[in-house]
Amino acid sequence: MTEKGPVTVSPRRLRREFVRRVKELSGQNLQLCYQCGLCSGNCPAASNMDISPRQIIELARLGLEEEIAGSQTVWVCASCLACAVNCPRGFDLAKLMEAIRLLTLRKNVDHIRPEDISPQERCDLPQIAMVSGLRKLTG
Amino acid sequence: MSLAYYPGCTLKTKARNLEEPAVASMEALGFKLDEVPRWNCCGAVYSLADDDLIHQVAPVRNLIRVKKHGKTELVTLCAFCLNSLKRANLLMKEDVEKRDALNNFIDEGIDYSGEVKVLHLLEVLRDEIGWDALAQKVKLPLRGLKAAPYYGCTLLRPREIAIDDVQNPTVLRGFLGALGASPVDFPESTTCCGSYQVVGSPGDIAEYARPILSSASSRGAEALVLTCPLCDYNLGRGQKELMAKQRGSREMPLFYFTQLLAVALGLGAQVCRFELNHGRPALLLEEKGLLSRREIVQPIGGQR
Repeated sequence: MTEKGPVTVSPRRLRREFVRRVKELSGQNLQLCYQCGLCSGNCPAASNMDISPRQIIELARLGLEEEIAGSQTVWVCASCLACAVNCPRGFDLAKLMEAIRLLTLRKNVDHIRPEDISPQERCDLPQIAMVSGLRKLTG
Repeated sequence: MSLAYYPGCTLKTKARNLEEPAVASMEALGFKLDEVPRWNCCGAVYSLADDDLIHQVAPVRNLIRVKKHGKTELVTLCAFCLNSLKRANLLMKEDVEKRDALNNFIDEGIDYSGEVKVLHLLEVLRDEIGWDALAQKVKLPLRGLKAAPYYGCTLLRPREIAIDDVQNPTVLRGFLGALGASPVDFPESTTCCGSYQVVGSPGDIAEYARPILSSASSRGAEALVLTCPLCDYNLGRGQKELMAKQRGSREMPLFYFTQLLAVALGLGAQVCRFELNHGRPALLLEEKGLLSRREIVQPIGGQR
């Protein structure tokens, strides 16, 4: 995981609309999390993330939209739900990750371009990979 | 006995080696897997956003067709299909508002409220046939085969739709035991293989595969037993890349559980479609005296 510098928390940086939207889309109560870090410890993709799963929850509830928007973390998450089944507070982090992805995808901004997938890959990949990959990473 | 069966897209193309041995094996066990008429793609992944109902239409439509077909249970084989169908079914059962919206939108002539029970084939083998009865049908026990069950994610998560204990699943252990094999437990048996991330970040897949393969191998497993076509793809592809980096490393054969079922029931290599597997896993079965050399079909165009 790439270490990031210190994060400034202030009411001026709080994006209330962002917090409202992620709560609405995820259906999750962000205050449930007590930052134990079991989500990060159980995440098989954490080593590829620049902000850890635990930190994403904290940044989301502080409304630090810019910090999250500049991060790769939600795009690395594979929705495997290892975080959700291990959370002692019943928080479904995969739903928060999805909500944050959708705030970008619904502006018609795709994370991957289907035309970048080579013809050989398109031929080799199982259908469940293509359908789920394009559903999660494009709008 | 006839069971309503949902194959899904991948089983009809890339994963015929998951489906064909299942159909033949179930027939040998006295069950006919009866395809749901006019089934469509299940959507592959369950939509996690609270306001996203349009992506529930595809799985719910399939469930409605099962009900119309007069069946109360639906058997799936693909772990992704099980997950999306079972979660959509739970939504229709528990969320009245969304159920009404979906029923109003889907014009299939009947209302649906989650009446169909969505099952995985492993549940049919465990709960309707039972390990003892299955063991009695085995003609060629897989003696001496040290096989590690690999569950991946979608059979077990989220908790509400899990076919077994989320942390310590045993269904594949019971299954392999009934076939006469020696199951090898390993801690990474429920660790994600990278899933659909292979589409956007194919370069990361080998690093997802590495801990899974090395952990199973270090515990003495000679093969991995899989249930999901995407796990098969990612682990096969990852292993090929890892082996190219580390010359001389031994291949971990990857089998679908249905292939081992067919072999143990004495149905032979033909129904297993081993030529669609990564590498040459059938050689291990030949080594163990479970298949004869003439039965092993050579992979098309060499190693995949």
